[in-house]
Amino acid sequence: MSFEILTYGFMHRALISGIAIAILCSVVGLFLVLRRYSLFGDAIAHSSFGGIALGLLAGVYPLWTAYGVSIVSALIITKIKDKYNISGDASIAVLLSSGIAAGLVIIGFSGGFTIDIFSFLFGSILLVSVDDTVLILSLTGAILIIFLLLYRQILYSTFNEEQAKVSGIAVEKINYLIVFMAGITVVTSIQLVGVLLISALFVIPNVTAIMYGRGFKQTAIISMSFSVFSVVAGILISYIFDITPAGTIVLLSICLLAGTMGIKSAGLLSKN
Amino acid sequence: MSIVEIHNLTVQYPDVKALDDVSFVVNSGDFLGIIGPNGAGKSTLFDSMLRLNTKYKGTIKFFGQDIRKSKEYLKEIGYVPQKPIFEKNFPVTVSDVVRMGLRNESDENKIDEILQQLWIHELRDRRIGELSGGQQQRVFIAKALVNNPKILILDEPVTGIDQQSIELFYSILRELNSKQKITIIWSSHDLDAVNQLANHVACLNKTLFFHGESKKFFSNDELVKQYSEASMQEHMHHH
Repeated sequence: MSFEILTYGFMHRALISGIAIAILCSVVGLFLVLRRYSLFGDAIAHSSFGGIALGLLAGVYPLWTAYGVSIVSALIITKIKDKYNISGDASIAVLLSSGIAAGLVIIGFSGGFTIDIFSFLFGSILLVSVDDTVLILSLTGAILIIFLLLYRQILYSTFNEEQAKVSGIAVEKINYLIVFMAGITVVTSIQLVGVLLISALFVIPNVTAIMYGRGFKQTAIISMSFSVFSVVAGILISYIFDITPAGTIVLLSICLLAGTMGIKSAGLLSKN
Repeated sequence: MSIVEIHNLTVQYPDVKALDDVSFVVNSGDFLGIIGPNGAGKSTLFDSMLRLNTKYKGTIKFFGQDIRKSKEYLKEIGYVPQKPIFEKNFPVTVSDVVRMGLRNESDENKIDEILQQLWIHELRDRRIGELSGGQQQRVFIAKALVNNPKILILDEPVTGIDQQSIELFYSILRELNSKQKITIIWSSHDLDAVNQLANHVACLNKTLFFHGESKKFFSNDELVKQYSEASMQEHMHHH
């Protein structure tokens, strides 16, 4: 039985999409965590809930409306935050609750909760189609290329905005670009873990990797490895034991975090 | 040859005038010490020179070009802030930090060169947050120097650093100016250090109190006394 599952087409698609999303969330999430924007992914995901409800009501593929609504609301909230000087956590709370509120009202219009809504809330990685997989791979590729090309500028403006500005980097544009890419990443990842658990993929592998005390590239690689491991093992374990993949993936990454904390408190992680 | 020209620079904040009609020129090769009490407008002056503050009246020119028109001049400037703010566990090593400053990423050798020059090469793979204040300061100088800038701007960079590191820092500055001919603009509280290092002095207290050769300033007891009294009054006022 154990190897048989690897021969199914849906399992191939789930694993390929899952690995792509794991890498994407780990890279985008590292910058969000370092910018003290850990919950931003959560806020975008909640606002995408409004977009999904809108798509279901209008009879449009819900992820398309989710992309539109999340990206636009993320950019608007960033603009409002800068203009009215609202703190980061408060702006996240505004974005988060307005998405859910809009979603609930729209769902009311369309006659209540359906099975579709649940698959977006909790993910449905085993149901991804070939088209979904192609879309996930293309978006992952595009965003990773942008990160590689602008690596220095993005890292520098995350490390110290003022110094990056003095070095001639267009810090504001970089900030909007990160928000834009975070919006795309969140909606793309909804199929893996759903709206409610998305920020776990952004935050947990990165918090774990940072504890290893390494330089930037190594930290990113450690985080990607933990993320990919949790997703692949999570999908396989959940299928074998017939439990929810989203919950299993997140619990596995929490185990890696707890293990790392254990190693660290035992003094086994050297400072370098 | 003048490479920085500041004409009638005035900065008005909502409740206070930070700089009032300040004009001076920096020539290529100068080592300019900018002294003045807390709140004298030193940081505002630097912010304006670096385009971090754009709400000013007057004109600032670098290499003959108005900085409002182009930010190209920033490529020729290395800037070391007073106390660089970053997360203590930010996952970057010393070489990562210097690399951020490096415009042409293929010049990887430059990183090792500059770290050796500042005696911090053995710290290359250490995380920046683990280092002492003096070591961090040298890393930020390395980052500022890695593109071979023509001008180095330093904002009171010895705050909270031990005496031994300060001495080392001063000898590095002296060498950069005398051997590599880098123009240095440096703000400091330390009158003795400015007297020893800088060849020009600008005394700032919202207005420009004195600007000229440092020996002219320090040999004129009356000027130094006036400056000290003005600073002292400002100091009392602040407390």
